[in-house]
Amino acid sequence: MSDSETPQPHTVRLELVDEPGQLLAALRPIADNGGNLLSIYHERGNLTPRGHIPVEVDLECPPDRFGTVVDALRKNGVNVIQAGAERYGEQLTVLLVGHLVDTDLSDTLRSIEKCASATLEDLSVSAPEGRDEESSARLRLATQAGKRADVLGVVREIADRKELRVVEPLAEGSK
Amino acid sequence: MRVAVVGAGAVGRSVAELAADYGQEVTMLADSRGAVVDADGVDVAAALSRKEANGSVGDMEVSDALAAEYDVLVEATPTTLGDAEPGFSHVRAALESNRHVVLANKGPVAERYEDLRDLEHGSDGDVLFEATVGGAIPVLSAIDDFGPDHITAARGVLNGTANFILSRMTAEGLDYDHVLSEAQDLGVAEADPSFDVEGTDAALKCVILGNVLHDGGYSLADATVEGIRDIPGSALELAAEDGQTIRLIGEATPDGVRVGPRLVPENGTLAVTGTQNIVQLETTHAGRLNISGRGAGGPETASAVLSDVRRLE
Repeated sequence: MSDSETPQPHTVRLELVDEPGQLLAALRPIADNGGNLLSIYHERGNLTPRGHIPVEVDLECPPDRFGTVVDALRKNGVNVIQAGAERYGEQLTVLLVGHLVDTDLSDTLRSIEKCASATLEDLSVSAPEGRDEESSARLRLATQAGKRADVLGVVREIADRKELRVVEPLAEGSK
Repeated sequence: MRVAVVGAGAVGRSVAELAADYGQEVTMLADSRGAVVDADGVDVAAALSRKEANGSVGDMEVSDALAAEYDVLVEATPTTLGDAEPGFSHVRAALESNRHVVLANKGPVAERYEDLRDLEHGSDGDVLFEATVGGAIPVLSAIDDFGPDHITAARGVLNGTANFILSRMTAEGLDYDHVLSEAQDLGVAEADPSFDVEGTDAALKCVILGNVLHDGGYSLADATVEGIRDIPGSALELAAEDGQTIRLIGEATPDGVRVGPRLVPENGTLAVTGTQNIVQLETTHAGRLNISGRGAGGPETASAVLSDVRRLE
């Protein structure tokens, strides 16, 4: 067997909504795509920041199949927090306030995505006084774990350049 | 204890009026124009009516009055920045003659913490300043009880005016200017609200927290400060769509002192409404401590002052 075919252990962290059948629905894509389940640690009683239940799955599959397994999980609507060494799913919500239209909002968003290696998941804009006046936008960004501060730094920098105001989330103590 | 009260604004006046209720005796009362001294106890009501009628509580020079007999000086003159005068000189006079000092004035503790501690080291008198952070909320005594080494960070809502404005804007969907005028009508905001809405007042309190937690090192110049003046109603609406709201949050952490509008969960602990204040302390072994209550007002702040006086007995 070549290295790419030798099954290797991988760990995937998922978060599940607390509803019947969720665990089974999350495991099926693993088996369907050639993954061999080694262990499942269902952390009942523990909640993720979004109020979901964290599940840690150890599985075995050839390294080149692992990406397919993770993609299949995502396609089935399962939220993958961590796959292998890579972590996803940390979210960051910020508000931008100012002349968003005049300063080219789409350019602002593109710059943030490009420089901050973050993905814009959700955008909401409110311009009650019309396009020429000050407006506000709420951005939800998906970042890699541990990158929150870096992403915030980039957002602040871009906002500064465009004379926009950033309202940052309070990272700690807000629960 | 024989108490000398300097400053006859809302706080100084309340301290003088409530002292007897806390078992203390006022033997000196001063405002910016004059002072009255009586070793047998100042007739507070008479002195305050005199101020109403003649503009001052008494005829004596304040500097002479500071040399009179008393055990503890209550410094309740308005907070000033920079050299923190004339408050700092009042404190110096008391400590140099080995009296205790209780501060309601934030200036000396925020702007000249090291100078203040140096004076205290050379004196038999002690300095306490519970009233300078969070009004009636016992923040500093909680930190003292735990020991500053066991508190890793402090954060909270420390300005009632800014909090009133943000919570009214959220609840009523009104804009900043409208709510500010309402707050001014209600006496919640001053005619010139800059000190509150630009974050200066909250920053001074966080600077004091930083000094207490890290044994000095901070003044207002070291703080990163943003206010709430340019937060539009639309920003609060967008926050609400996501289950969040905006509060003027102050932080004193090992990274420094920072005050600014921040997104917090709308039903979270820090999203207090109206003029309410809250302080959150992160402890090393006991998790998080939340203390909330009235952060301003004459009798509220005076109660913190008089608790300090009792601690010095």
